[in-house]
Amino acid sequence: MIVKPNTQSPPDPPGPVAWLIKNLFSNWFNSLLTLISLSIIYFAAASVLSWVFTTADWRPVVGAPLLYLIGQYPRDQMWRPGLSLWLIMFLIGMSWGVWEKYVKAFAIFLAILLGIFAIVPLETATITLGVRAAFLINPVLIYLGYLIGKNKIVNGQHVITLWIFVSSLIVLVLLPGFEGIPFLPKVETTVWGGLLVTLLLAVGGIVLSFPIGVLLALGRRSSLPVVKIFSILFIEVIRGVPLITILFMFSIILALFLPAESRIDRVLRALIGMTVFSAAYMAENVRGGLQSIPPGQIEAARAIGLNNFQTMVLIVLPQALRAVIPSIVGQFISLFKDTTLVVIVGINDLLGIGKSILGSDPEFVRLQAEMYIFIALIFWVFSYFMSQASLKLEKTLGVGVR
Amino acid sequence: MSQDNESIIVARDVHKWYGKFHALKGINMDVKKREVVVIFGPSGSGKSTFIRTINRLEVHQRGQIVVDGIELSHDVRNIEQVRMETGMVFQQFNLFPHLTVMQNIVLAPVWVRKWPQEKAEEIANELLERVGIPEQAEKFPGQLSGGQQQRVAIARALAMQPKIMLFDEPTSALDPEMIKEVLDVMVDLAKSGMTMLVVTHEMGFARAVADRMFFFDQGQIVESGAPEEIFQDPKEERTKLFLSQILSQ
Ligand SMILES: Nc1ncnc2c1ncn2[C@@H]1O[C@H](COP(=O)(O)OP(=O)(O)OP(=O)(O)O)[C@@H](O)[C@H]1O
Ligand SMILES: [Mg+2]
Repeated sequence: MIVKPNTQSPPDPPGPVAWLIKNLFSNWFNSLLTLISLSIIYFAAASVLSWVFTTADWRPVVGAPLLYLIGQYPRDQMWRPGLSLWLIMFLIGMSWGVWEKYVKAFAIFLAILLGIFAIVPLETATITLGVRAAFLINPVLIYLGYLIGKNKIVNGQHVITLWIFVSSLIVLVLLPGFEGIPFLPKVETTVWGGLLVTLLLAVGGIVLSFPIGVLLALGRRSSLPVVKIFSILFIEVIRGVPLITILFMFSIILALFLPAESRIDRVLRALIGMTVFSAAYMAENVRGGLQSIPPGQIEAARAIGLNNFQTMVLIVLPQALRAVIPSIVGQFISLFKDTTLVVIVGINDLLGIGKSILGSDPEFVRLQAEMYIFIALIFWVFSYFMSQASLKLEKTLGVGVR
Repeated sequence: MSQDNESIIVARDVHKWYGKFHALKGINMDVKKREVVVIFGPSGSGKSTFIRTINRLEVHQRGQIVVDGIELSHDVRNIEQVRMETGMVFQQFNLFPHLTVMQNIVLAPVWVRKWPQEKAEEIANELLERVGIPEQAEKFPGQLSGGQQQRVAIARALAMQPKIMLFDEPTSALDPEMIKEVLDVMVDLAKSGMTMLVVTHEMGFARAVADRMFFFDQGQIVESGAPEEIFQDPKEERTKLFLSQILSQ
């Protein structure tokens, strides 16, 4: 076969019509498939849209916005979750300024969402003008934080420190309060609920299980038999048991053995259960990463004089964790979704609130579809931003790797 | 090249077993300050094993190794001390892929010698100049050629200002056109008076700068001597045979 040298100039980029013909109608069979697919999509979309806008009854979803956000948190103490939200939005703004590409989409989305929430006239009994004004401050704070981060007034280290400090303050002081302090009275976690509890369990579980999981993975490779056996036992026992069982164990059985006055808080028990469960899986993920590090890396680290601890923290872990970012993020996403299981130990997370609203009015009983679609949407949004951020993180970190 | 007669590495009757396999069978070697020693021999003869016992990447089971007056034992402080005094360059470079060239080089000076970052970077820049790649400091190892990576590895080892440099087949993983750039750096280093222990089959390098050569076979030193003796008048049949094989290539 004789190949003629190609003397033509490259073809012009195809216009939309050319694209259509090339990709969708290149021959009669493709054209047929295209038409069939289009009609399926059309009918599906049409029926979904008509259900959403005409048949569906969104009253249970739009009726009690505060319940979804904070559960039964006392309405006269609303300023506390409100202030917490402000602080967090300010930090998200700063994070956006500092780590532009990971947080940007999420921050902008939140700003728009909170702005809409403040303006849309959903309900006026609990969402008063004052509450709306307070909500409207959130987008402003996000943007303010963004400017501060963008203009390098704070750096990444500052922002991380602030996150740790502020979130501890919120979770340990501002929201629970104390007995006997007049302006910060105690609010039992039994009345916390909604998105507040869901996020608390998810973020708390993620933040706590990460270091524990790393330690367990290292423990499993330890040369000290006690540490090694403990780690293996912990990991294998927890991984062999369903999360529901662990939640029950920590919520009910554990409470039976502990003396009544030392009972730990119910939400805290659920959080410990989630953390323990997630840590075991985390450990296995990290172990995979540790195994992928070539022995030459450790030898080189030793040869330049690093001790075992430095070798681990400076050389092995950064590479091991980087190698397993996709599975770690995947695990965090499933942990986030698994928080819904705490309903069965009587905690009113987002799903729990949804169920209780359905049960609160006989008219609502048949509106399950609306409710669960709404809740699924909320979970999807958070999961989506997590996986997007992880994709970008992988790409960036990939630059430095072989 | 050696002026003073003090031994900086002393190995006495060093034995090493991997399980039942007897990899080193009584190695004796004295290396003087500023001496350049080349170790060569067939694959599996224990060259890597021996050079790695000197900074205790491998543990010997019998005999004695003293490096700069410090005896290698299970005492961790001694091991750390010896590792600070010896730099090592590996066949596979073993650069840290998640760190830039600059970060690779300043890591140990900052964390082990506790130098301030600025001082470490200053020295790193001098070293990069010396190995001929001053412009690559901000790149990652994966973005460099093999020869450049190996030169970074040499700079990384030198950054700790070691008294001894160990090289384990530093050019064996390189494409032929890159071997020279690495050997040039090593020749310069030898001429600057560094004590060097080099496992290599680059006989041109040995001829140019080695003070003594050791021929290893089956875990033993078969023959040793100055390069002229080894090349012109080898005593042992095995040495002759091996030399004729690698020189004919
Ligand atoms: N970790 C190990 N476990 C068991 N045997 C080993 C180990 N490392 C090396 N050996 C064996 O010890 C012997 C000496 O190995 P060594 O790597 O020192 O050889 P070498 O002279 O460096 O060879 P090469 O030129 O191939 O690098 C070989 O037979 C090898 O199979
Ligand atoms: Mg070898």
